[in-house]
Amino acid sequence: MSKKPDKISWQLSPAPESTEHITINKRYGLFIGGEFVQPLTKKYFNTINPATEQVLSEIALAGERDVDAAVKAARKAYTTVWSKMPASERARYIYRIARLLQERAREFAVIETMDGGKSIRESRDIDVPLAAAHFFYHAGWADKLAYAFPQKKASPLGVVGQIIPWNFPLLMAAWKIAPALAAGNTIVLKPAETTSLTALKLAELMRDAGLPDGVVNIITGAGDTGKYLVAHPDVNKIAFTGSTDVGKLIQRSIAGTQKKLTLELGGKAANIIFEDAAIDQAVEGIVNGIYFNQGHVCCAGSRLFVQESIAVEVERRLKHRMESLVLGDPLDKNTDIGAINSKGQLETIRKYIDIGKKEGLEMFQTNCPVPAKGYWCRPTLFTGVAQSSIIAQEEIFGPVLAVQTFRTVDEVIDKANNTPFGLSAGVWTDKGSKIFNLTSRLKAGVVWANTYNKFDPTSPFGGYKESGFGREGGVHGLQAYVNLT
Amino acid sequence: MASKKTTSKTTLPLAVNKTYKIYIGGAFPRTESGRYTEVRDARGGFIANVCLSSRKDFRNAVVAARAAQEGWQDRSAYNRSQTVYRVAEMLQQRESLFIDEMLTMGYARTKAKREFDASVDLIVHYAGWCDKYIQIYSSVNPVASSHFNFSVPEATGVVASIAAQDAALRGIIQACVPAICGGNTVVMLASEKYPLCAVTFAEVLATSDLPGGVVNILTGNRAELQSHFASHMDVNALIAWDVNIGDEIAICRKAADNVKRTYFYESGNKSLQPVDYIMNLQEIKTTWHPIEIIKGSGSGY
Repeated sequence: MSKKPDKISWQLSPAPESTEHITINKRYGLFIGGEFVQPLTKKYFNTINPATEQVLSEIALAGERDVDAAVKAARKAYTTVWSKMPASERARYIYRIARLLQERAREFAVIETMDGGKSIRESRDIDVPLAAAHFFYHAGWADKLAYAFPQKKASPLGVVGQIIPWNFPLLMAAWKIAPALAAGNTIVLKPAETTSLTALKLAELMRDAGLPDGVVNIITGAGDTGKYLVAHPDVNKIAFTGSTDVGKLIQRSIAGTQKKLTLELGGKAANIIFEDAAIDQAVEGIVNGIYFNQGHVCCAGSRLFVQESIAVEVERRLKHRMESLVLGDPLDKNTDIGAINSKGQLETIRKYIDIGKKEGLEMFQTNCPVPAKGYWCRPTLFTGVAQSSIIAQEEIFGPVLAVQTFRTVDEVIDKANNTPFGLSAGVWTDKGSKIFNLTSRLKAGVVWANTYNKFDPTSPFGGYKESGFGREGGVHGLQAYVNLT
Repeated sequence: MASKKTTSKTTLPLAVNKTYKIYIGGAFPRTESGRYTEVRDARGGFIANVCLSSRKDFRNAVVAARAAQEGWQDRSAYNRSQTVYRVAEMLQQRESLFIDEMLTMGYARTKAKREFDASVDLIVHYAGWCDKYIQIYSSVNPVASSHFNFSVPEATGVVASIAAQDAALRGIIQACVPAICGGNTVVMLASEKYPLCAVTFAEVLATSDLPGGVVNILTGNRAELQSHFASHMDVNALIAWDVNIGDEIAICRKAADNVKRTYFYESGNKSLQPVDYIMNLQEIKTTWHPIEIIKGSGSGY
């Protein structure tokens, strides 16, 4: 054939989600005692859209006195209203919140995507529906706690301080607030400084639900605000999701106090592919494991272990699949890879990519075009990685995969467990007995077999070792918010 | 007889006294440090020397505990249950030995007898838990997607344990048996006040089909060793009895270095049930697996 076929463009046409139906105020105060109030610090900080670098809104910066006001409001609500209310009434409020969130799901999804950079496909299909599901599931526990703890009497802890990260802002808020409310506690919640908006929208929704004033208080700010909350003497419990380093600081700082603590920290999960796995599904699982939410996932499958006999084939198919990932406007419904959450995080990711290169590892990045404005990182993988490589040891929290190979089952179990983390793991094989061997020997709180990155309010989540302690979700997660006698 | 008072008149033949050593990896070494401390009776008479264990002894014990952990956890629950039950059998056999030892260390006879009986009771109770707590505290979770999802308790790993000061036998049992019922391995520091029973209890463990390294017992000085118990990076959890607030703060700060689970207990605490001591040393592991579409994706187990 002398004539070459015409080049067909497989580019997808833009399909952006509309932003017309949403409202974002120019400025947000602190949600304390049932109303938005100006911060006593009189200071505000900008929250931006990481895909465009445009300012979305000004967010109040809570100082020590603001935190104190929020804790006082929560204490008052606890002693005067929430602890006296019949459990079945508490349940009704939480059900209401779930329903209101479902009704406003589209708005929340769009704002989540604008503020955090994650693709609308994920915020629409995962973050928001799961957040609503968390409220709905936990609502029903409020009047059934006696069934969760045989031979025990469960009573609320009082005021709980909750500090959440920027990778799943609304989902983490729901994940923390729902069980705490169901168990009868009142709350002071601090979202991450780059992603305050959906938590503040959630505050609007608490108000619309008629939730008594002060039962949920939302204070915004950065690390110092969190520190004040952790240090406040009238807080009975701290629930923290974030980095292992900050988790250790918190564990140290509350030493000797009566404060209860749950920590959901970092991870460096092994995702293990055996030669008898369904390869195409496994490749999907690898992609979902590490490139879901730009890799901003504590349980991301960031260490890939491929059995040597299929390593070449898996690598070929994985690179091919990666090339089809669409990077760009997070509001576009075709987008797979959104924006990196912040400039700081992008710098962290780039630092690790440089380390990988300096370690002499072979790097592959996809060819997709990258927008001029905003923070972006192409899906990246390193091959020829050793256990000693820094990119195989430290949590990167970005779309960077470290690929290693193995020969035997024992070898891969040793390698997978040889990390201070223990949040999650993945196993891919068609052999049932092998799955159970692996799932019982991997030291991780969540093990996905022939699937990855699945979440559900009924399913406990949390880590072993330095990935933290305590569980969130399911019947086991309730224990984090009750006193048992 | 545990008593070896050099002051008392000796009858022929001369008693062959026991050397009280520590218990690491199923063997009875002396402390590597060569240090000792004297145990004396209420009137100041010499009873025995016991090892004043060092940081290095502790580190050796952690190595032994780590090496034994996976194998112990992999034993069937039934087997662990029988092994713990055998600990009770071996203990019961040595009733007079333990009671004599407690009397030598200053216990009143009735108190010694009461504590011994309670100790055997406690071990038998715990033996029964080995194959039951998993059922009670597990769940199958009705997730909304087409997956089979279940959560089970699993051992936290290596536990560093500081036993109560005032209960010679019951204290050491509480400080190690719940941990091993749950598949953990233990490095335990015995009561400084009553160290002899801990060493004799090690002999019970050594004859109970318990693999070496599952329980390791040190005698020594709490103030010297507790910071090392707290800071060791290959210890997953720390449990301690009757710790004052200052020490608790110091321990917690170091324990955070590797996010240790820490539990501080008081000897008199009645609000905790035995199984709570097991469950505090458990992680919850959740496993997911897809289900080939049962009536569409909306269904679940």
